[in-house]
Amino acid sequence: MSSVLEAPRPVAAASRPAPDPMVPVPCVVDRTQRETADTFTLELLPQGGRTFPFAPGQFNMLYVLGIGEVPISISGDPEFPQKLVHTTRAVGAVTKGMGKLKRGDAIGVRGPFGTSWPVGEARGCDLVVVAGGIGLAPLRPALYEVVSHRDRYGRVVLLYGARTPDDILFRKQLKEWRGDFDLEVHVTVDRATGEWRGNVGVVTTLIPRVPFDPYHTVAMVCGPEVMMRFTVLELERRGVPTDRIWLSLERNMKCGVGLCGHCQCGPKFICRDGAVFPCRDVMHLMSRREL
Amino acid sequence: MENLEPILSEHPFLKGMTSAEIAIVAGCARNETFQPGQFLFRQGAEADRFFIIRHGKAAVEVSAPPRGVLTIQTVSDGEILGWSWLVPPYRWRFSALAKELTRVIALDGRCLRQKCEEDHDLGYELLKRFADVVGQRLDATRLQLLDVYAAELVGRRR
Repeated sequence: MSSVLEAPRPVAAASRPAPDPMVPVPCVVDRTQRETADTFTLELLPQGGRTFPFAPGQFNMLYVLGIGEVPISISGDPEFPQKLVHTTRAVGAVTKGMGKLKRGDAIGVRGPFGTSWPVGEARGCDLVVVAGGIGLAPLRPALYEVVSHRDRYGRVVLLYGARTPDDILFRKQLKEWRGDFDLEVHVTVDRATGEWRGNVGVVTTLIPRVPFDPYHTVAMVCGPEVMMRFTVLELERRGVPTDRIWLSLERNMKCGVGLCGHCQCGPKFICRDGAVFPCRDVMHLMSRREL
Repeated sequence: MENLEPILSEHPFLKGMTSAEIAIVAGCARNETFQPGQFLFRQGAEADRFFIIRHGKAAVEVSAPPRGVLTIQTVSDGEILGWSWLVPPYRWRFSALAKELTRVIALDGRCLRQKCEEDHDLGYELLKRFADVVGQRLDATRLQLLDVYAAELVGRRR
């Protein structure tokens, strides 16, 4: 089996995990922010003067004391590694426990792990960011990076799909990005309530509407897997080559360093070889029932 | 009166059709404007045309008592709205309401059906294009039905 596994890609020095990646670093909750009915953001301060430099797209293993550990993408600004920001949805025992944490509570953090969004490769190109649901959170660090160096990119388009208007994340920031940073931000919801005046329909329907040069575009996509598959099809339809599309996959990550095998997807360990992958490397894996 | 042939020939939906075919389509087309809150068409009424949205936004809605009126999708600049004119019983399945000032090219369905009966090549070209539109709508609807952002289908990391 090991012969089919690829060697891990080098991780930037700035984003190397702690010396022992299996030992959690104690952190303290500095601030909690409710984003939607079931989604919240935690801001964590590492203890002992440690910082957590990370690259956009990487994740940490968060350990809620006495309950368990889960992988959560970093949703903060990479330029401020003093504070770790994670946005997650309360769907299981650990994340529900995490949602009950208050300022001053302790939490363990291992990481950062995984590969990153190709913000460097996108320089000089148009950038299309497609996010579905909570998938906007892992993309936010890339957007922070882009808006802080806006002149390095051509058109920057953010297409965001949520379930309902009440499920839209980072509302204030979406408005700021649209207004102050020359980002084309388009939001759509799958189901609308009476007062909603915006778009209704799945996020893929936005792709034909927005202007970008498909041959000089880098696309970053994050959301439920089925949404990403349809998004790739729509991007291809617009003429974006698959080697210019990056996806973030999710599997049952446990160790974070490619040892335990829980997150194995064919020849890939999602925690180590991903979670951000070039589309061409994983598209064939995504449609396999057995994986 | 604006000659719609250049606009129609450049539109992605009709691009690639011969100039003779475009001329026939343009013969069944006219500009229309809908104010916010004005219906482009209503559920159950005769479906006698379709629309190319030039500018604006329209919501496709369905009346679903007791839940009231639900918006199924919105269409905006450049998109095609309506295909009930193509197939019997030629009745709108849904309503379409302008959400903002919406300018469209309205194409007369009865006129086009007649032209397609007379010229099957034109009919085939139009049907190919509508099959694509309907296919995209079907994909989008299936994806919408999957409710992919529901809690039970979303992992923890995001």
